Amino acid sequence: MSATVTRRSRPSAAVARRRLTHPFASAAVFAIAVLWTIPTFGLFLTSLRPEAQIKTTGWWTFFAEPQLTADNYVGVLFGGRDALAGYFVNSLVIVVPSVIIPIVLASLAAYAFAWMRFRGRDTLFLVVFTIQIVPVQVALIPLLQMFVGLHLAGTFWTLWIAHTIFALPLAIYILHNFIAAIPAEIIEAARIDGAHHAHIFRMIVLPLAMPAIAAFGVFQFLWVWNDLLVSLAFAGGVPAVAPLTVRLQQLSGTYGTEWQLLSSGAFVSIVVPVIVFIALQRFFVRGLLAGSVKS
Amino acid sequence: MSVPEKFGQALLALAIFGVVLLVVLHIAGRTSTRAPRLSIALFLGPALALLGIGLAYPAIRTIVASFFDASGRNFVGPANYLTLVEDPTMQRVVLNTLLWIVVCPVVSTAIGLLYAVMADRVRWEVLAKTLIFLPMAISFVGAAIIWKFVYEYRADQPGIQQIGILNQLLVWLGGQPQQFLTVEPRNTFALMVVMIWIEAGFAMTVLSAAIKGVPRELLESALIDGAGPVQQFLQITVPMIRSALVLVLTAITIAVLKVFDVVLTMTGGQFATSVIANEYYAQTFRFFNSGLGAALATVLFAFIVPIVIYNVLQFRKARIS
Repeated sequence: MSATVTRRSRPSAAVARRRLTHPFASAAVFAIAVLWTIPTFGLFLTSLRPEAQIKTTGWWTFFAEPQLTADNYVGVLFGGRDALAGYFVNSLVIVVPSVIIPIVLASLAAYAFAWMRFRGRDTLFLVVFTIQIVPVQVALIPLLQMFVGLHLAGTFWTLWIAHTIFALPLAIYILHNFIAAIPAEIIEAARIDGAHHAHIFRMIVLPLAMPAIAAFGVFQFLWVWNDLLVSLAFAGGVPAVAPLTVRLQQLSGTYGTEWQLLSSGAFVSIVVPVIVFIALQRFFVRGLLAGSVKS
Repeated sequence: MSVPEKFGQALLALAIFGVVLLVVLHIAGRTSTRAPRLSIALFLGPALALLGIGLAYPAIRTIVASFFDASGRNFVGPANYLTLVEDPTMQRVVLNTLLWIVVCPVVSTAIGLLYAVMADRVRWEVLAKTLIFLPMAISFVGAAIIWKFVYEYRADQPGIQQIGILNQLLVWLGGQPQQFLTVEPRNTFALMVVMIWIEAGFAMTVLSAAIKGVPRELLESALIDGAGPVQQFLQITVPMIRSALVLVLTAITIAVLKVFDVVLTMTGGQFATSVIANEYYAQTFRFFNSGLGAALATVLFAFIVPIVIYNVLQFRKARIS
């Protein structure tokens, strides 16, 4: 019985698959992929052309007279007082604590919400979940006033603290989903062996939650590295602390036609997140899906 | 500050944080049997305190500030909100924002959906998806600069060549080069393209995962019943991934509401391109009108709340049925 069904369904399935693989789909996918890539490719090629050529001809003329140079990158990274190299360092200094601290705080909170018993737990979790809807814009000025009061204005601390706060709701949510799904037997067995919460958290939960931590980590890294609003609000006027995005936005305003600066500057800021993204895409997609689809 | 000093500060911050954390865990471990409440407080306290001080309390402060004047000292009632409704510049800002949240989510989702369906059927699926998804890794500022170059305009004079690809295409096709970013209202659409370029990858990724969850037998039986690929797509795939579609549309709407980087970098909000998020920034940090800035932030908040509630209700419904 089942054999006949299989035999009968096989040709139809093959037909179905063949009809699904349409040459039109391939052509359309190719066209959109090219359309999506050309803007980035054009600016990238421009960043490698000599300044005189950038200013007189389009990047497509490269194929007629190919000539490449690294001068634009050297100039934008190290030339002048406001060289991008300094902002690049700032971006790195901002991003590392801004990723690590919220992950640790959120996993502690997520563990408490998942495995500690106390009154009002579910209500409190709902409150934390709901607070995600508060847009960053609403919090900036009061936070800035607090930072001024604490004499932190214009330091890296403002950005580390602000990025940590804004990351917490989503981080707690994603990590809670994962940590709550750890089989109860594992936690119970450790408890019977006399392990306390701090021990269970460090030895069992943290190692098991690594995939979720990686997923959120990539997400948060891209978010912080690419942020403009929080950085402008707390470090907009402080070149010693401001990240790449702030400087690039300024360049775009004041040197709007100096494409040798803008193109190479843009790629200095793009290269790190793109490498992180391509290397860890698996985790990023997982984080994206955990943060959105499974809510 | 020198480079080593900067990294030193970051290490110091992490070290302080690490020491505090170890002490907290140690105390929690020591006292977990005698005082379980203390453990709970130690685990939850830091995150909850930060959320309360850094998000909940500021939100209330900002809503209150929206009823005060530019200096933040004198109560003015709903005057700031009336400005948003009555002032022609502000009317334009609100109108632009509405245009953004109508056009961007729908177009991004449509492109993402079509691409997800079609990319499933090509041999270089992974590369195809990565290329569309890549803009998600690029900052809005970077994306804005990339597209500003696409739109770059050079005066149409003998001896002058276009360096922006879009105007060059126009010239090749025998047309006149155009000012894409300064002529309204089309400049707003030129800015929306940047957002669509970024968000289509997000839509594609989430929808692609949802489509992969549609049972293959269902699609094949529809084909055997004589449904064409289009019918099959509309009658089976789309209804099956409805909740993912709602989610993508709402997530992009919220992202569009908050985005100001693209507008600020490309036009600075000039030429009638400003939106609420950009105007919030301009009023708050450039014109120091804290009352109007707070009102704009509150309106942004008010736009987001119903979208999130709708989203949650949709999921409740999906779960029950």
